[in-house]
Amino acid sequence: MNAMTMRAALCVAAATLIGSATGPVLAQSGEVNVYTYREQKLIQPLFDEFSKATGIKVNVVSASSGLDKRIATEGANSPADVLLTVDVARLQDAVKAGIAQPIQSAVLDKAVPAQYRHPDGLWYGISMRARVVFASKDRVTQNALTYEELADPKWKGKICIRPGQHAYNNALIAAYIAKYGEAKAEEWLRGVKANLAQKPSGGDRDQARDVAAGKCDLGVANTYYWALMTKNPEQKAWTEATKVILPTFAGGGTHVNLSGVVLAKHAPNKANAVKLMEWLVGEKAQHIYADINYEYPVLAEVPVNPIVAGYGKLTPDAMPVAKISDYSKAASTLVDKTGFDN
Amino acid sequence: MTSAALRHPFETLHAALWRPSALAPRLFLLALAALVLAPLASLIHIAWQGDPDIWPHLATYVLPAALADTALLLAGVAVATAVTGVGTAWLVTAYQFPGRDTLVWLLPLPLAFPTYIVAYVYVGMLDAAGPIQTAFRALFGYQTAAQYWFPPARSLPGAILMIGVVLYPYVYLAARAMFQTQSAALMEVARTLGASPLMLVRHVALPLARPALAVGLSLVLLETLNDIGASEYLGVRTLTLSIFTTWLNRGSLPGAAQIASVMLIAVVALMALERYGRRHRRFDASARRHRPLARIALGGSARWIACALCLAPVLAGFVLPLIFLAHETVVRGLLFGLDPELPRHAVMTVLLAGIATLLAIGLGMGAALAVRLVRGRLASACLTIAGLGYAVPGTVLALGLLAPLVAFDEGLNWITRTLAGISMGLVLAGSGAALIIAYVIRFLAIATGSAQAGLARIPTQMDDVARTLGEKPTGIAWRIHLPLSRAALGGAALLVFVDCLKELPATLLLRPLNVETLPTYIYQFATRGNFEEGALAALLIVAVGIIPVLRLTRFADIAPAAATNGSSGR
Repeated sequence: MNAMTMRAALCVAAATLIGSATGPVLAQSGEVNVYTYREQKLIQPLFDEFSKATGIKVNVVSASSGLDKRIATEGANSPADVLLTVDVARLQDAVKAGIAQPIQSAVLDKAVPAQYRHPDGLWYGISMRARVVFASKDRVTQNALTYEELADPKWKGKICIRPGQHAYNNALIAAYIAKYGEAKAEEWLRGVKANLAQKPSGGDRDQARDVAAGKCDLGVANTYYWALMTKNPEQKAWTEATKVILPTFAGGGTHVNLSGVVLAKHAPNKANAVKLMEWLVGEKAQHIYADINYEYPVLAEVPVNPIVAGYGKLTPDAMPVAKISDYSKAASTLVDKTGFDN
Repeated sequence: MTSAALRHPFETLHAALWRPSALAPRLFLLALAALVLAPLASLIHIAWQGDPDIWPHLATYVLPAALADTALLLAGVAVATAVTGVGTAWLVTAYQFPGRDTLVWLLPLPLAFPTYIVAYVYVGMLDAAGPIQTAFRALFGYQTAAQYWFPPARSLPGAILMIGVVLYPYVYLAARAMFQTQSAALMEVARTLGASPLMLVRHVALPLARPALAVGLSLVLLETLNDIGASEYLGVRTLTLSIFTTWLNRGSLPGAAQIASVMLIAVVALMALERYGRRHRRFDASARRHRPLARIALGGSARWIACALCLAPVLAGFVLPLIFLAHETVVRGLLFGLDPELPRHAVMTVLLAGIATLLAIGLGMGAALAVRLVRGRLASACLTIAGLGYAVPGTVLALGLLAPLVAFDEGLNWITRTLAGISMGLVLAGSGAALIIAYVIRFLAIATGSAQAGLARIPTQMDDVARTLGEKPTGIAWRIHLPLSRAALGGAALLVFVDCLKELPATLLLRPLNVETLPTYIYQFATRGNFEEGALAALLIVAVGIIPVLRLTRFADIAPAAATNGSSGR
């Protein structure tokens, strides 16, 4: 009875598996449960340090989408304490989905500037990145650039970018709409589309790679990618062929986006969760954000990493970041309407 | 085999004998259909919450391009896999040429690669900065990639080739099994009658391969339709991708659910059409072993051409990506700086996939047996529903599954609170059980299809004889049905296992805290544009996947019931 033994083995294995390794994590004193849109590898160093400092164990699940929906569906029994996200639109989504609860924390309010947090404490930004241009060292002479200029016909056939429906580009286009209105933004987006060297595809690193190979002269990407590529044996060559230009809006600053934290509405380990959130904006964590992830720390006292500092001084655009998320749907619509990704 | 005259009295007897026990199989089939319907119903519930405002926009700007891209992608992949799969299967079955014996088992290996990994690998090799174009520039003295035209890897044709080269084994395995068992006598007759090789293919081999082609192709097309990683990376705007952008960027989960529902209806309609088109085609399905077709030894240049034709897909779909990953693993020192967590993730992946496979096969066989017992419209409707999980994109399935799982858990909590005053938390939704349930629902179609095909080869008279000799239904299942359909089930189990190993989107969304599988582990590097850091994990998926795929070849060789005439007749 081969199949019988198999059945028995199945029962034992299933019981073991469900019972131990992947069993439901219940509320316990020494733990905090984090749902994250940030890749686990990237944030694990932070959690390890936090556990070392506080003795609180951090349980993690990471995904690229749907975690807010998962928390909402799990409802009152949800094990989620903290939601970590990478985009301000996602932070606002969490608020809209009703899965956030406000925090009263002097530590968070002091560390995070008002423009990088929710007015009622429903979310806090913990690090920043800017959407910038990786330009060919050989073929691009100018060292400054405006976002408006990306639509200038002088760049015809010279720009590379990932799909416009990607969250990073969505936020940039939303910021443009927030500043100039939809009609102007549409005209701009059509201009950028007309300048593209190829159909939008790939990720941010691929744009640097294509600039290095001479496929295009300007690649649109996030700041930390360039620094990360300098640490990578093959990708180092792409950084050697490119320079980072921090574009600005005409008369304004550079488009920045946030990674941030939300305290889940039904957080079973609320005290630990707040402790983790406060720790994340503390000096140690902010140094890790700056020096391992190459992001801009929100805590003013912590300096940016020297490689990132080498891009030039970042002047974030003055518009409140949260305003961007009001236009993310409009931005997505515009991408469809202009056929940007076709 | 069974003539109509003979069949009739036997079937009457058959029905009479089984009637008393018809309740249990019916209930089983209904329960199975309910399991698959639960996430679909919750999906339709989400769609019902409505967002009519979004449709004019979708209809004007999104769906035309998405439909066109999807149609072209599906058509392209269908042609690529059909030509490659049937062509290579025919060559290794009908001819003897250098390397043929090795190629027989090398040809299915690309199945072990997830499509998105192959996409990353090829873009890495073929892009402007990749080794091929760099050499091209050096050779012809170009300074930059803007100075010449080179076929872009990140494009629709690129996607067709990359997806095709991974998925053609579905067609190859089915077609080869078909050629091996069905055609020897017919082929030899045709040959002695002086049919040229081309005539042989056109008039004998292809018509015979049609059912196999249909089954293999429907697996290929559903996989392609569900693909998200590769098509997004390659810039192909498929329907599945527009479900995502509608949900995430256009902020409309109901809209996304509506697109998904429409897609589901389209898939079901296509499946029904395909079955209707083959309703009169039932090939001889006896349990007898066929004499294999005598292979003709090729001579001259023909043998080398045959060898090259079979080698090309193996090189493209398996050897090159494998070399690339091995190279990255070595260059990056991934072996020495081995992530201590990786073995744990590997074990978890195999465990989850293994349990899900056993359950899926058990349920699939149960369903096939139940249908054999009770027959009728209700039974076959239940079986069709049980196969629907394969037609829904993974993330959509996962989203739909969340609500029923949580509802079950809340019910359980209510009971335990009432009886014992304690809460259990999320027993299903918060544990590995959620993943296993998702895998089972997703891949049940493979299990039911193969189990049915396996059973179809066992004449019902055999049941009746056993019955008259006093054997009970369960005894018949254990002692006749199971042993005789072992090969079909084995083949299906291996396919399900490999599919579970590679499953990414549902796993991402449903896995419990602190659990990674190999695909989710690779994914986090990929999303940072640093996919190569996950090369070792990718190699592990392939290594774990190869063993079943090799077994699959063996199964295909000895008893090719798996998937070949999966939906012959009903």
